[in-house]
Formats: sequence, structure tokens, C-alpha cells
Amino acid sequence: MIQYSDNEMMALAAGRFIKDGDIVFAGTGVSILAATAAKRIFAPKAVIFFETGGIDPSLDEIPMAVADLRAMAGTSLNSGLIEAFSIVGHRKLHTVAFLGAAQIDRYGNLNTTCIGDYFKPKTRFSGSGGACDVATFASGVITFMQHEKRRFVEKLDYLTSVGWYKGGNSRKELGLRRGGALAVVTNLGVLRFHEETKEMYLTEYFPGVTIDKIVESTGFPIDTSMAVEAEAPTPGELQILREEVDPQRLICQAILEAPQK
Amino acid sequence: MNRYPEIADRLMGLDEAVSRFVKDGCQLAIGGFTITRNPMAVAYEIVRQRVKDIHLVCHSNGQALDVLVGAGCVRRLEIAYGGNGRYAPTCVRFKKAVQRSEIEFEDYSNYQMSLRFLAGALSIPFIPTKSGLGSDLMNYEGFPAGIRKEEKVASKKYARMQNPFSEEKDEVVLLPALTPDVTILHAQFVGDDGTVRMKGLTFADIEQAKAADTVIVTCEDIVPRSFIRTDPDQNSLPPFFVDAIVKVPYGAHPTACYGFYDYDPRHLNLYRKMAEDDARFKEYLDEWVYGVSSWDDYLTKVGMEMILKIKANPVIGYAPGLDRK
Repeated sequence: MIQYSDNEMMALAAGRFIKDGDIVFAGTGVSILAATAAKRIFAPKAVIFFETGGIDPSLDEIPMAVADLRAMAGTSLNSGLIEAFSIVGHRKLHTVAFLGAAQIDRYGNLNTTCIGDYFKPKTRFSGSGGACDVATFASGVITFMQHEKRRFVEKLDYLTSVGWYKGGNSRKELGLRRGGALAVVTNLGVLRFHEETKEMYLTEYFPGVTIDKIVESTGFPIDTSMAVEAEAPTPGELQILREEVDPQRLICQAILEAPQK
Repeated sequence: MNRYPEIADRLMGLDEAVSRFVKDGCQLAIGGFTITRNPMAVAYEIVRQRVKDIHLVCHSNGQALDVLVGAGCVRRLEIAYGGNGRYAPTCVRFKKAVQRSEIEFEDYSNYQMSLRFLAGALSIPFIPTKSGLGSDLMNYEGFPAGIRKEEKVASKKYARMQNPFSEEKDEVVLLPALTPDVTILHAQFVGDDGTVRMKGLTFADIEQAKAADTVIVTCEDIVPRSFIRTDPDQNSLPPFFVDAIVKVPYGAHPTACYGFYDYDPRHLNLYRKMAEDDARFKEYLDEWVYGVSSWDDYLTKVGMEMILKIKANPVIGYAPGLDRK
């Protein structure tokens, strides 16, 4: 049997969403693993860029932060934050953003700010960074989560980045013309959002994971009626991940720390 | 003999740059981003001079932000992100300071903060965006109402407005401009005419510099006018924006500087571990900030072995194969 880590499964499951021509906004951790895997395996004509302004870096080594020198080497252009955000929301481009979060709700809204009261938090996290911005402007957001009840919650302690807001048409009514939560990729499976209600539902459970386990690990009711077992990584995909994408095994083996951007 | 007559009045040491321009209670912006091109030598000097009550305005400033907050120099913070990538998903002393209510803080996003600096640079009072609609960023004012009337503090965090050019409902968020008293940044080159050249990503450094009343630039090296004016497309700031120039090789350590050196994983890991514990963090400051007599002394402590390990390949821009665990 092929052995692989959660991060490897998650990177491949998310990478499969990326199509040729997509402009992919990558963060760090499993997000950069997924973006690079997408380009090397599924969509060679996708372009990876970072909020810091690095566009289409060669990624011979994996960046450990979005400001890593590796995000500015071999690029088509090195610019700045304002230029990067002009790309995220550009009407000509189909942009897909990878994010991480400490908490998520059923409409794909994200919290990367704090647990507990905002002014006296039990745990303070890094904050929005560019997450609120890409959630506003990107064509779609794919979020990486550790699948735990305390992270999949009825109500976020702080809504940092908007997904489908309150469901239905509410995102549009806010004044946001495009975008929204596309998918959530966890260590247990893949979830998407109902076309009309915009509520999260299960589409895939990873090999060795039961639907019951996912239901138990989710803090709100989810529809599992359409779920199928995900394809395990192939030896070829794992080889590319380990030898080309992350040859130093900095992320392939690491456990996911939350939140990441 | 003065080697650099054109910038003689602005060329100075770290101690003079900080004592002249970084005052108690000033509003300060920091160039760089998380683990890259933070003006660390200036940040350490600010700590060493025990500057107090700084109002720090940040997008994603990692290491310099954390050192300044941890050392007790910061009273008030406007911030989008306090993290150092893999080396500290949330900056440790920032996290503690917020959880212990030791600082006044207000959250924005990276794009919002960048736009606020841009508005300051453009001499306009506010700037619109769509970012923030639906987010709790719009619902929580971090600062207490009492300080809203103070100089350099916006009278409110945000405003909302209907697009005045549309008949249909179309709401935008208005962000107050930022005009920091001082912006500190680290560049690869300053010309002997005062022109600044940053290599790699420039983040929001240029907007931050143009928005500020005073700009302190540290640099890896000072280069001849003939070099910096041969390919001016590569330059970042004209001389008249710069008030103080300090030559500080490795001045961004332990953060990275494109084309010169990588981040120092050993130091960032050491920092995180020591920052987790109050007593050990004091030891860190004693050892690495208060206890060093000069920047040369600091680099001697970093050690030749590490200096060589993190030295960037000048063609590739970083240090390939560096052990980054």
C-alpha cells in the first residue's frame, strides 16, 4: 500500500481543482504545495502568484512564506502588494485563491483573527493579511482546514474573510460582484457548496476515512448524500510532489498548522 | 575626506538616525514583509534607545514588528498580519501582547493597509475599495473612542459609501489615509546621489516611504551615481524622499535580502523558542540587542559559518539548498 501524508493528499485533492489558464493565488504551507502540484501535474498552463507581488516564480525550491526570496526568483515580474491585488480581482482573469483558517462556518466564511472575544482573545492569530482581500476579489477560494468540530463551527468568533456570507444571494447583496467559496479541502475529505443555498456539503472522503468520522468532526449538519471516496494519490503524483515540488520535504511531511495564508 | 559629498548631510550612523528621527509616541511604518527585508538593524537600535509609545502602522511586518512589540516600544498598533510564515505562524510577542491587552490594536487587511499608505502618498484623505464588505474588520473598532481625536489617529476606522457614479445599489468601503511620522526601510543599494534601489519584491515600501514625513533607509551598500543612473528603470525612490541613509551590511538579518542573503532559519527558530517565554525573551534581548556594542559585534555573534550559509547566490537571488527546517 502507498504511504502518504495528510498534506500530500490535501495538496493533490486541491490541485485537481486548478485548470489551465487559471491564475492561482498561493499562500504558504500546504497551499504552496497544492499550487505547485497543480502546475506540475494537472494544469501546466496555470500561473502561480503571491500577494507580495511575485508573479509566476520558477519555484525550484518551495517558499516558506509569501515574502520568501523563492517567491521572487525566476518570476515574470516582481511587483508589490497593490499590483498583486489588482491581479486578484481583475475582470479578465479567472483567479483561484488558496487560504487556510482557524475556523470556518457552513457558508465558507473564515476566521484567521482570534478565538474568543476580539478585545480579550483566548487565542490571537495572525489576522487577515491578504485573506479578506482575496476572499473579496478572487473568482473562487479553496480553503485548507484541519477537520475538527472546534474549527467547523455554527458561528465564527470573528468573520475575517467573507465566503458566501449568510448563504443564498447574500454575498452579491453585499456589493461583491464575483467570487465566493469554491471548496474546502481538509485532512478528511473535500467539501463544496450548494448551488442555491450556498451551504457546505461533502463531496469526497479520503481513503480510510468514514463519512461518520466527518459528520462527527463537523460542528454543523452537513449533507453527505453525494459523497464518494476520493482517488488516492498515484505513485507518479507522489513522486512529482516529493522530488520536484518539495525535494527538501519541508511541507510534504509536516503537519498542518493553522491558520496559514 | 568625504567620499559622498552629495549625501553627506544625510549619511549617518544607526544611533544618530534613530535619536534624531524616531521619537517617543511617533507613528512608525516598517518596510519589508514577514521574513524579508525588515529593517532589523534600525528596529534593534530603536529598542536599544528605549523609544516608547510608538504607534506602529503595519501590513504584514513580521520580525521587526515582533521585536518592537516584545521590547515594549509599541503602545498602539494598526496591523493586517503578524506572522513569520513557517517560523512563527503567529508572531509570538505580538500574540502575547494582544492576549494580555498590553497594546491598543486595530485590524485591517494587507490590501487595505497598502491602499492607506498609497492614499497618504497621493495626499488624498481617504481611498475606496470593495475589500472589507461583510467582514468583521468593519464591525470592530479596535481603538478606544478616547484616542480618536489624537493626531494621526483616524476619526473612525472605516466609512461606507454608495458609489456616487451609480444609480444602482453599489456600496464601497472608505479607508482613512496614513501619513506616518517615520518610515524605516532596508534597501539593497543607495546611490551616492541618494537614489534608492530595492531588488526583488518591493511590497508596499515605496508607498510607505512616500506617505511618510521622514524616511530612514538602511542599505547593503552605497554605489556610485554612474551605476545607479545607468539603468534607472531599476530604481525605487528618488533622493529627495530620503532623510537618513545608513550603510548596514546584513542590516535585515535574520530576515532575507534578495540577491544578498537568505533568512536565517536557525536564528528565527531560536527567536521563536525564546519569545515563547517571558524570561527567555528578556535573555534574547539582553544577548542580541542590549548586549551588542555595534552592528559588527552583532554579525560576529551570528558567526561566519551562518553568514556563509545564508549568503545568496547572486544570480539566483537566494541560498539554494539552505537547511530551512
